[in-house]
Amino acid sequence: MVAVSVGVDDTTRPRATAWQRLRRKPAAMVGLVVVLMFVGAALAAPWLAPYDPLGTSWSRIRRPPSELFWFGTDELGRDILSRILYGARASLQAGVVSVAIAMVLGVPLGLIAGYAGGWSDHVIGRCTDALLACPFLILAIAMAAFLGPSLTNAMIAIGISATPIFIRLTRASVLGVKTEDYVEAARAAGNPHWRILVRHILPNILPPLIVQATLTIATAIIAESALSFLGLGQQPPNPSWGSMLNTARSFMSQAPHMAVWPGLAICVVVLAFNLLGDGLRDVLDPKDG
Amino acid sequence: MQAFLVKRLGVGLITLWVVTVLVFSLIQLLPGDVALALSGEERDPAAMAYVREKYHLDQPVLVQYLYWMGDALRGEFGTSLKTNLPVDDMILSKIPVTLQLAVFSMIWALGIGIPAGVLSALYKSRWPDHLANAVGLSGLSIPNFWLGILLILVFAVELQWLPPGGYVPLSEDPWENLASMLMPSFVLGSGIAAVIMRHTRSAMLGALGADYVRTARAKGLAEKVVIIKHALRNALMPVITLGALEFGQLLSGAVLTEQVFNIPGFGKLIVDAVFTRDFQVVQGAVLFTATMYIALNLLADLAYYLVNPRLRG
Repeated sequence: MVAVSVGVDDTTRPRATAWQRLRRKPAAMVGLVVVLMFVGAALAAPWLAPYDPLGTSWSRIRRPPSELFWFGTDELGRDILSRILYGARASLQAGVVSVAIAMVLGVPLGLIAGYAGGWSDHVIGRCTDALLACPFLILAIAMAAFLGPSLTNAMIAIGISATPIFIRLTRASVLGVKTEDYVEAARAAGNPHWRILVRHILPNILPPLIVQATLTIATAIIAESALSFLGLGQQPPNPSWGSMLNTARSFMSQAPHMAVWPGLAICVVVLAFNLLGDGLRDVLDPKDG
Repeated sequence: MQAFLVKRLGVGLITLWVVTVLVFSLIQLLPGDVALALSGEERDPAAMAYVREKYHLDQPVLVQYLYWMGDALRGEFGTSLKTNLPVDDMILSKIPVTLQLAVFSMIWALGIGIPAGVLSALYKSRWPDHLANAVGLSGLSIPNFWLGILLILVFAVELQWLPPGGYVPLSEDPWENLASMLMPSFVLGSGIAAVIMRHTRSAMLGALGADYVRTARAKGLAEKVVIIKHALRNALMPVITLGALEFGQLLSGAVLTEQVFNIPGFGKLIVDAVFTRDFQVVQGAVLFTATMYIALNLLADLAYYLVNPRLRG
């Protein structure tokens, strides 16, 4: 939680939008800019990358960083900078897609559990507990192992493992707003349950969900790199930061630079998502700050 | 009072049952012929016949589950098709190694996390607080397998102070054992230290503003006594129960840490099982971790209940 200070001008200007308040948080803005840079790098990888990320060359194996190869080359003579740029695609894709899977599964279940209560709440609650009882990464590893190693399966495994977080959060948020006057009013006006849930409750519980989604993207990116590091994510020769680190382990004394760049990339992008998420929490969800 | 504990136990048992359904259904994720996938690439007819019989694959899924569940209740997770050893023996033999790693990691985590959290709360919004926050956030953002690789690069490859990996049992050579555990436990503990630091900070801030601290100060007690005996003691309670909840993160982290440092523990067992497609071991390991997690949570509830007189009523 970085600098949880709601400035004086926030209270004097209640109409200041979330964006205006976020803009005054330097740490969150740094996070946002770095995230956008990585998204830009991933999208523009074909134009930014100086070399073919898959192009091997026996004449330039494990070269240290130089003017020609800024980040050096790997054990097959491939340019590490180009592989980092293309690797951003796998990482960001995994982060966003697995969180999307978790939300598509978790938010409706949380809405039902919180709104309907009773038996459905009990059933969904015990399933959530069961998923939470299996440690996140161990569950993801087990699922990825049974599904078979690939980036798609890794994203599915991470998404399902992250689902209980969103079920819990949605349920708790629904319980918080379900007795509010506007929900009672919508019910009194004769709205069907689904409309009350979608039109009245969901928009009001979005802020904590957005904050959690941002922070979970950071967790998912680490999880994807962990699965790729273990060989259960992106498959060679396609670049992924995790699998690059795995290869680097075999050449630590000969080519330490191979281990530095992919790890640094993971760190920076994860830190950026965490900074952005913390900033969003302060702005959107002050009571948790 | 007893009603509370009985209810918690009931919920725990139901959760455990759902976990067994979940772990059992992992098999259904396997693409293609389950017997073929489980028995390995050699297509050994004997192994395939064993798998068909063991999993009752000719029966409906529900019957398969009941058979499997019956075995699991008796603590039999089957025999590994790769090592021919009972899965439960394989798991139990790896536990001491991972347990040692976990205990050492918790020492790092509490040793760094609690003082950092206390300092951070005492110097709120001043530089020690900002520094602790920055370090904590970095701790949460560094993947522990990368931190492990960096430490190996510095302390094993460059300085050659510590072994790059491997494990020496405590009974064989205590010094070597300590040396081989130093880096892995730091790697695993540092991430948890960040979480503990954040919780200690907020619990301390709450305690420092409480009436009993104001009373202690008004009595004229030394500031050190107020902070340690009054504020910290109360703030630590939720932090200690948090330790139980961090168990899952500890095991998840152990999978990667043991891989990086080549430590033959529980985490490495899972990864090796994944690569030899030894699915019984993977299932057994997941079920084992979930059971431990649920049991620890119950114990944490019980401990919280025992140390908190207000709950006893």
